[in-house]
Amino acid sequence: MAKSHVSTTVNGDPVEFLCDAPETMLDVLRNTLGLTGTKEGCGTGDCGACSIIVDGRVVCGCLMLAVEATGKQVTTIEGIGAPDRLHPVQQAFLEDAALQCGFCTPGFIVAAKALLDRNPDPSETEIRYWLAGNLCRCTGYDKIVRAVQHAAAEMKGQPA
Amino acid sequence: MTYEPKNLRVVGTRPIRHDGADKVTGRANYASDFTLPGMLWGRVLRSPHAHTRVISINTDKARALPGVKAVITGADLTLPPPGITQAGESAINTQHLAKNLLARDKVFYDGHPVAAVAAISEAIAQQALGLIEVVYEVLPHVIDVDEAMRDDAPLLHDDLFTEGVEPKPEKPSNIAKRIFVGKGDIAKGFAEADIVIERSFTTKAVHQGYIEPQGVVANYAEDGQAMVWCSSQGQFLIRDLCITMLGMEASSLKVIPAEIGGGFGGKTTVYLEPLALMLSKAAGRPVKLTMTRGEVLRATGPHSGSSMTAKIGAMKDGTITTAEVVIKFQAGAFPGSPVGAAVMFCSAPYDIPNLSITGYDVVVNIPKIHAYRAPGAPNGAFAFETVLDELARELKMDPIDFRAKNSAVEGSKSPYGPTHGPIGGIECLSSAKNHPHYKANLGPNQGRGVASGFWINIGGQSAATVVVNRDGTISLVEGCPDIGGTRASLAMMCAEVLGIVAEKVRPSIVDTTAIAFNDVTGGSRVTFATGIAVVQATEDAVRQMRERAAKMWDIEVDQVGWRDGAAQELNGNRSLTISQIAQKAAKTGGQIMGHASINAHGAGPSLTTHLCDVEVDRETGKITILRYTTFQDAGKAVHPSYVEGQMQGGAAQGIGWALNEEYIHDAQGRLENAGFLDYRMPVASDLPMIDAVIIEVPNPNHPFGVRGVGEAPIVPPLAAIANAIYDATGVRMRDLPFSPPKVLAALEAAGKAKANG
Repeated sequence: MAKSHVSTTVNGDPVEFLCDAPETMLDVLRNTLGLTGTKEGCGTGDCGACSIIVDGRVVCGCLMLAVEATGKQVTTIEGIGAPDRLHPVQQAFLEDAALQCGFCTPGFIVAAKALLDRNPDPSETEIRYWLAGNLCRCTGYDKIVRAVQHAAAEMKGQPA
Repeated sequence: MTYEPKNLRVVGTRPIRHDGADKVTGRANYASDFTLPGMLWGRVLRSPHAHTRVISINTDKARALPGVKAVITGADLTLPPPGITQAGESAINTQHLAKNLLARDKVFYDGHPVAAVAAISEAIAQQALGLIEVVYEVLPHVIDVDEAMRDDAPLLHDDLFTEGVEPKPEKPSNIAKRIFVGKGDIAKGFAEADIVIERSFTTKAVHQGYIEPQGVVANYAEDGQAMVWCSSQGQFLIRDLCITMLGMEASSLKVIPAEIGGGFGGKTTVYLEPLALMLSKAAGRPVKLTMTRGEVLRATGPHSGSSMTAKIGAMKDGTITTAEVVIKFQAGAFPGSPVGAAVMFCSAPYDIPNLSITGYDVVVNIPKIHAYRAPGAPNGAFAFETVLDELARELKMDPIDFRAKNSAVEGSKSPYGPTHGPIGGIECLSSAKNHPHYKANLGPNQGRGVASGFWINIGGQSAATVVVNRDGTISLVEGCPDIGGTRASLAMMCAEVLGIVAEKVRPSIVDTTAIAFNDVTGGSRVTFATGIAVVQATEDAVRQMRERAAKMWDIEVDQVGWRDGAAQELNGNRSLTISQIAQKAAKTGGQIMGHASINAHGAGPSLTTHLCDVEVDRETGKITILRYTTFQDAGKAVHPSYVEGQMQGGAAQGIGWALNEEYIHDAQGRLENAGFLDYRMPVASDLPMIDAVIIEVPNPNHPFGVRGVGEAPIVPPLAAIANAIYDATGVRMRDLPFSPPKVLAALEAAGKAKANG
């Protein structure tokens, strides 16, 4: 079967790729586009390690067919923060020791950024339920939740 | 090295970890992030049956598929000579490992590898698996540990005779080993007791649940030289197991450690690496092999399910006189469960004069059990600490006071032999008793549980190199994969000794050709043992820099001290910074590099006490964790944030084990919940904040007093939650997990029993 041609936007850049019909966005990001910051933990949408933002919504890259990216705006972990300045969520993860092995971290940061983009002042409960689609086995979530609270305060210009 | 109190400037602070930026930006490379030019993709064919004979395997059609470059089966893996490789807290039997990597004449569990393929794409490799024809003769299987011990149980290995019983059995069985720890006279102990409680408990197999599935890229060249990129808890262990499996020389295999996406003990063995090497050798090209989550759950080491009975006697004043415990562990497909740790440590927080603790290691048709954080200890503590709670209630004693009255202290003889040095059991208990959590009010259907835990921790072999750069920065070279922040803790100890800031020390974890052998990252040993190696290597570099300064000043070296990152003239006020010394190194004797390679002894045990508040929903059986506080002796917390992180993460894993996690098999012995949707680990909305209270009773055998901290926190939660459920409902839960249907059934049974009076 012939491959499909896809034109999309990844981290602000125009991108074109060819893919087989069953290939997921996660497959293409990692294996075709070389964006390996997005991780595969389960391939079934249960762990959130492959969280990406597609047209403003958090999506599991493993549950999205690559052809569905046509015409969409895709943001991955590589598109968060700037070369001279980490995003406040990234900085808070560092300062608050919100990672141990770091494998789930890109997914958490993508999901947390999307949360703060739409809700700049989430409660602890809102943070916990928003991030309930992201599994972390190392931290027990305590420091992750605190880092998101910290980042929210930073983004509002308040000292945490 | 021994502990000396010091004024510390770096140790005990909370700098940003050195690998942090890479890990929050997606730069950090984990196992499956590597690719090589010309790389092939591998896939593994796995048995769909729990226990079978393999009659034949025909790979002809798979080999004929265009794009397939190599196919291997058990026939391609020569059985290595018998031997044992030490892997942290586990020991790996090399012949069992070979039979686990690729089934030979028999399959022992659903998911057991039967063949592997390398092809030009993952899709073709997957298609090729479907073309391999395997003829199985399905055999009866057994998974439950009590059933596997019965005389009429299906037999896994016809050459397995129980070790540790006299006389040696004449018939083979599934019981691989009986082990025993005891002291005193338990009959006398029970006679002295005013109250004796005996209860039985069961737990299901659980998985380590690391989020990164196993993955590897292997490249085997025509001259026999090979490289492996993989994520593991020890690149040297991976090398040694691979060369044993393939009959290679150690210098012919370079293992390059990728970042590791969680291990918890589960990545202290090999599943894919030897297969990837064999495929690469056969195909003459690099091969990538990764597991799906389903493969991880079906075929990598879960932790033992268990069946236990604990009988404990105490006097009216609360003195425990005796304990008799029997612990049976699933070993999985081959012998070697961590039942020994359960036996040695279940009573270890306490000083009990009469003990009889027996363990059984039992093979069953699930994957070979592998280490999981404080391997074995949580099971034993579940039984022991739950019976202690019942005893305290019968004696009308506060559960913390009861534990404190019987606590092991410095000078107590441990159940497993040695006499304890300074340990922090009493300190954890008194800190818990005085914490606001212990005094907080509880509402209806809410309860509070207490439990303690013990983990021995290990030392072992570590090496470190401290390279002094011209600009005064330090390259710290070490060989233990960083799972939870050990780059930071090791760099901090180096910086402390040098008298510079942690940011000036750059740690690197290097491949197997770049440093001497290191034991695995496991046994909570890295900050302790590799920490000692780093301190010694740094002291070696300081000694060399003092010598260079003496040369530059033309004085004796004993006239040169070291303070604040500089050589100091003792009888004068001249000083030379690290960079001033390093810039002259070429003229004073060559580049400066400190080194140490050690086998560390004297790891201090870590004790811990947990407080847990739960609320029980009587309509659904759901348990909500309302509040959770951990108290743990860290000896010295080098980076307190990452010590807290270990305590919080271990508690969360224990909570998952208690509330939801279990291996569920169908009638054919196939794993029914081989995915994260149904193997239900805690998510953020399941948990409250977890307060971590660090206690510091210095370990006399480490220069900064460090004890391992990683494992102890998973030990108490099972019992702490069981005890909290009882406090909330008056119902004792003794069979894990406490999932809603089981809690509801227990509540209803208790309600009926009460109604029937």
